[in-house]
Amino acid sequence: MKPLLLLHGRVIDPQQKLDAVADVLLAHGKVVAVGPEAAAKAPPDADRLDVQGKVVCPGLIDLHVHLREPGQSAKETIATGTAAAARGGFTTIVCMPNTAPVIDTPGTVSWIHEKSKAEARVNVLVAGAITKGLAGEELAPIGSLHKAGVVAITDDGHCVQNNELMRRALEYSTMFGLLVMDHCQDYSLVTQGVAHEGYYSTMLGLRGWPAEGEELIVARNILLAERTGARVHCQHLSAAGSVRLLREARSRGVPVSGEACPHHFVLTDAALAGSAEFWRTDGKGLFGYSEEAAKPQWPAFDTNFKMNPPLRSAADREAILEGLVDGTIEVLASDHAPHCGHEKEVEFDFAPFGITGLETGLALSLMQLCGSGRLTLPQVIAKYTCGPAKLLGLARKGSLAAGCDADVTVIDPETEWVFQPEETASKSRNSPFYGWPLKGRAVLTIVGGKIAWRA
Amino acid sequence: MRWSRKDLLDLQSLSPEEITAILDTAREFKAVGGRAIKKVPPLRGRTVVNLFVEPSTRTRISFELAAVRLSADVINFTAEASSLKKGETLKDTAKNLQALRADFIIIRHSAAGAPHFLARVLDAHVVNAGDGAHEHPTQGLLDVFTMREHKGRIAGLKVTILGDILYSRVARSNIWALQKLGAEVTLCGPPTLVPPIFREMGCRVTANLDDAVADADVVNLLRIQHERQRQTMFPSLGEYTSLFGITRDRLKKMKPDVLIMHPGPINRGVEVESDVADGVHSVILEQVTNGLAVRMAALYLINGAHGGTPEEN
Repeated sequence: MKPLLLLHGRVIDPQQKLDAVADVLLAHGKVVAVGPEAAAKAPPDADRLDVQGKVVCPGLIDLHVHLREPGQSAKETIATGTAAAARGGFTTIVCMPNTAPVIDTPGTVSWIHEKSKAEARVNVLVAGAITKGLAGEELAPIGSLHKAGVVAITDDGHCVQNNELMRRALEYSTMFGLLVMDHCQDYSLVTQGVAHEGYYSTMLGLRGWPAEGEELIVARNILLAERTGARVHCQHLSAAGSVRLLREARSRGVPVSGEACPHHFVLTDAALAGSAEFWRTDGKGLFGYSEEAAKPQWPAFDTNFKMNPPLRSAADREAILEGLVDGTIEVLASDHAPHCGHEKEVEFDFAPFGITGLETGLALSLMQLCGSGRLTLPQVIAKYTCGPAKLLGLARKGSLAAGCDADVTVIDPETEWVFQPEETASKSRNSPFYGWPLKGRAVLTIVGGKIAWRA
Repeated sequence: MRWSRKDLLDLQSLSPEEITAILDTAREFKAVGGRAIKKVPPLRGRTVVNLFVEPSTRTRISFELAAVRLSADVINFTAEASSLKKGETLKDTAKNLQALRADFIIIRHSAAGAPHFLARVLDAHVVNAGDGAHEHPTQGLLDVFTMREHKGRIAGLKVTILGDILYSRVARSNIWALQKLGAEVTLCGPPTLVPPIFREMGCRVTANLDDAVADADVVNLLRIQHERQRQTMFPSLGEYTSLFGITRDRLKKMKPDVLIMHPGPINRGVEVESDVADGVHSVILEQVTNGLAVRMAALYLINGAHGGTPEEN
């Protein structure tokens, strides 16, 4: 593998508070130098790429991805999921354990590591289960999972309902300093809910998934993190109350964190009533789409707008945005959840929750956070790089400091494109964002010094 | 007006003119139903499939009879006997029916939006015969038809809908149709079944029955749906009846010309006392008769939209 010299890009490395035009030299899988010495140190045989006008940043990290392998390879595989990640600009992803079998034994962790070594286009890190079979009844072998290399534990897709069990999981995890991630959903309150409980669920006759179903568990996690000292990460936050609780807890130094997904801070539950209703109400002014022709269309009850937690109200969307702005939420993630076409092409009640997101996350974040002036470009990049790296304890990722892994994403923040089903690298097509005019895109994804994707 | 819709999916998306067109057409068909020869030819040669994925007796029979009276051929299809039980998707089932050249699919389904989903994937006409807690458009239309017949108008009427609103597709279709035609809608019941969020749909919401019915021109009672409700919505049927049941005593406090309506089937002694259900204010059986006329009108208009003009038929 030849050294690679990226010339004349705008290098943004929030970890080092760096934002300047500079060259970047990668060699032997590491960052060698950033700045004037990069070109000087580059050997004559180094590959050179002029990335003038582009943004060069640490490789993006998505700590919430469903790769569906083992066991659900009709939806996605390690090969296709990581190809989608590379296209989306992600160099490292964390795969969730709700596979078949569940990632609750060291053997399954090793299997994913082996398969990834052979087939993955980007770095695959593994999250293990909190409880055996994600059943919420007994602890998974957390120590063995840790030894096998998991970077976090979570029952994602499920939520540990038994508070005593969650407390013990947190206490136990402190022994390994392991991050505990939680899909926050109180089953008794949410029951069979499929849509945010509010005006639209009422009007459409869809069973409500109340915001309090998330907020209760966020509150529980805060209390237990405070008691045990364990680090708890609340996944895919959707509700205003969750942000408020998290903000207060973090201000007191409680070791809790949260992540937000683009669909929750771009869309609202009005989308369930169809595009006309969405653009008339909560979608007004979104992304500056002014011409009617530019506004994507979809019908009412479209199952590509069904995910868990659900799209919430405009007030919740605003609260998530505020949480991102004031730093309460320091991580952006996709919750990439591929499903087969035939699984989604059913009645709304019966469709599985979840949408794909690896290929649209960066553009949606740039448009909704930078484009609106809420955050600067370095601030958004931080939530995809040093934010998750710190949470996961990845010392050599999320930064371009010399000696870090040569994972680099080159972004063209100005390029305009439309997300098309035939272009996706994912095996699944369950995205609500097909046909959307987007702005900003990864044009080059480098993993360990090798080009994983290039526009 | 010229009817242009391929499907009848909900009343929320209809204009007041479209609703009125169905009601006016239904009036013609009601007259036909009063004749000795009740059958007319507009749907001759057409095939109507009653795709009932959720059990129903009266709505299915009403649609079946409406189609038969219009001279269509009717196939009844119930989920129990179907391949849906074997894991076939609704889409595949419906595509198979279309491959057999069904012209109309009348669907009853437990999932909100199922008719909308079918309408997207089929060329056949789709008629919603009730989708989950979403809408039951022909029920809403027959209720409004009945009110208009008795009161001469809908605009300005005060209509109270009582009972299980949260889970009721009948309530939602009534709310849209009544509001579009200018009526004032009050919803009444315990807050577990009538949450305040319904105010955002333009309704008055109250848990005070006396207040809700005092100046009502129409009281539409909804069935308490035991089979859908978990134990958490209200403590017991007895308590529900004591708080919200319509009794002779309560009827006395209402307007002398109040209409008592109910989509059926009635739980006698629960939401309504037998004497009231069978009394002079009750138009419950007229609703059934009118349902037939409204469904004939709906099928007739939709058929004209796609398969030729009404004149050709």
